[in-house]
Amino acid sequence: MNGGAVAEFDRFRRRVLAAGAVALAVCAAGAAGNPDQFFRSYLFAYLFWIGIALGCFAIVMLHHLVGGSWGVVIRRLLESGAGTLPVMAVLTLPLLAGLPRLYVWARPEAVAGDELLRHKAPYLNVPFFLGRLAFYFAVWIALAYWLNKWSDEQDRTLRPEVKTRLQWLSGPGLVLYGLTVTFASVDLVMSLEPHWFSTIYGILFMTGEALATIAFVIVALWLLADRKPMSDVLRPTHFHDLGNLMLAFLMLWAYVSFSQFLIIWSGNLPEEIPWYLRRLSGGWGWMAAALLVFHFVVPFVLLLSRYNKQRLRILAAIAGGVLLVRLVDLFWIVMPAFHSGGLAVHWMDVLMPVGIGGLWLAAFTWQLKRRPLLPAEGGY
Amino acid sequence: MESTRLYGLMAEFDNPADLLAAARAAYAEGYRKMDAYSPMPVHGLAEALGVQKNPLPLIVLLGGLVGCLTAFGMLWAIETIIYPLNVGGRPFNSWPAFIPITFETTILFAALAAVLGMLALNGLPQPYHPVFNAPRFALATHNRFFLCIEASDPKFDLVATRRFLENLPSREVVEVAP
Repeated sequence: MNGGAVAEFDRFRRRVLAAGAVALAVCAAGAAGNPDQFFRSYLFAYLFWIGIALGCFAIVMLHHLVGGSWGVVIRRLLESGAGTLPVMAVLTLPLLAGLPRLYVWARPEAVAGDELLRHKAPYLNVPFFLGRLAFYFAVWIALAYWLNKWSDEQDRTLRPEVKTRLQWLSGPGLVLYGLTVTFASVDLVMSLEPHWFSTIYGILFMTGEALATIAFVIVALWLLADRKPMSDVLRPTHFHDLGNLMLAFLMLWAYVSFSQFLIIWSGNLPEEIPWYLRRLSGGWGWMAAALLVFHFVVPFVLLLSRYNKQRLRILAAIAGGVLLVRLVDLFWIVMPAFHSGGLAVHWMDVLMPVGIGGLWLAAFTWQLKRRPLLPAEGGY
Repeated sequence: MESTRLYGLMAEFDNPADLLAAARAAYAEGYRKMDAYSPMPVHGLAEALGVQKNPLPLIVLLGGLVGCLTAFGMLWAIETIIYPLNVGGRPFNSWPAFIPITFETTILFAALAAVLGMLALNGLPQPYHPVFNAPRFALATHNRFFLCIEASDPKFDLVATRRFLENLPSREVVEVAP
């Protein structure tokens, strides 16, 4: 990358890093007065950003397997996103300090008084939880490391066998991704309400993460579109493909979310239905209705139009909206576990995504500026 | 007029690039009532022929909406008015249970609208079409590319149009009987 662009990237990186650090510092000061809230907001914001990192990681493997020019133009963005996973591993550490505050199964006195939790204790206990988290991150970081390393090698040598090697890694890699993200979503989020369970939970997270990732790369592409070499290769067909992918993930999210709801609603069983009763009453119910409208109906209708998908500015505006509703969806999934009384938004819930996002974006930009914005193999 | 007894003039080309260039040249020349025939899709050919936005997407959307409303309306009417059944104490208007059928019917109607709309807009089925009167036209499914300027085009003139087509890198230009 040329000097001017590097300087610009460095400036952006310093700014987001400063914004993130300030936001996190303010939240840390707030933690003294309300530690419970700190960890809840932290978990929510952490899930949003690790979702984009994992989505980048998954979609780059998907692209190695299926190919297509849509993926070539965003491949560096995806690889840079996957390259932030070690930073996300470090950002997991504060979470570990708050395990008993977040998870009822991490409080021995609560487990002792709850027969179901006693039976779940062989799985839901702190040492095993930490071991699993370490395992997930080991898998993710190792796979992302090899994906990035071999992609660099492909850029340098342009040897076709490197491409084959990337494909051989990506197939099993996607299987490992599916398994680890399923277990991670159960461990980190579903176990907030350990009496409840849903077998579609992993897919729900994967779909939401992929949706957020596509929205994120569309916005990033929009910011980079006027810059060489992007301005030379980007065509409306790329935006059309990315818009269609966003539409596909949006519909998949709606499909999976509704499947979970329909089955639990139809069954109406006392161990399953409280999860929805909590999330459909009072302010949470209004939030659910807003999700139906703004996380599905509005973007769905907008993305049906080819006109909207072939214009990067319009597409980026829709993608920005999708990122926002992804945050709301995660909030609606995570927070009612703590606020069963009704909808409550704390200032840390707003500031924390900025804080973690600042650090994440700084790591992302640092990864991005190391290499040319387009892979050398071509095929745009 | 000579041209009233003709369907049009057809030029034969060896490769898709020549056909595409010919279609662009004919459009630039002012011809509008024309069509191109090729054994495989040629990228950009529809735009070169000046094909405007087609109404198929709108037909598919309407088909989907009709399917959506039909299914949901039918289920709602049956379950709440015509034959209300108490299923496990759930409300008669159990809308979540209607969604899968509504979803499937939306897709079914949209798909049918796409297929039938495509056939209707293409004027299919069509048992007779004049272009098959051109002796070598069967090669359009094999390895030749054809551009036919129809006699109904206001700019069509048997002599001038023939000269125009012959000046393109065409193999031959034939008159097509109606």
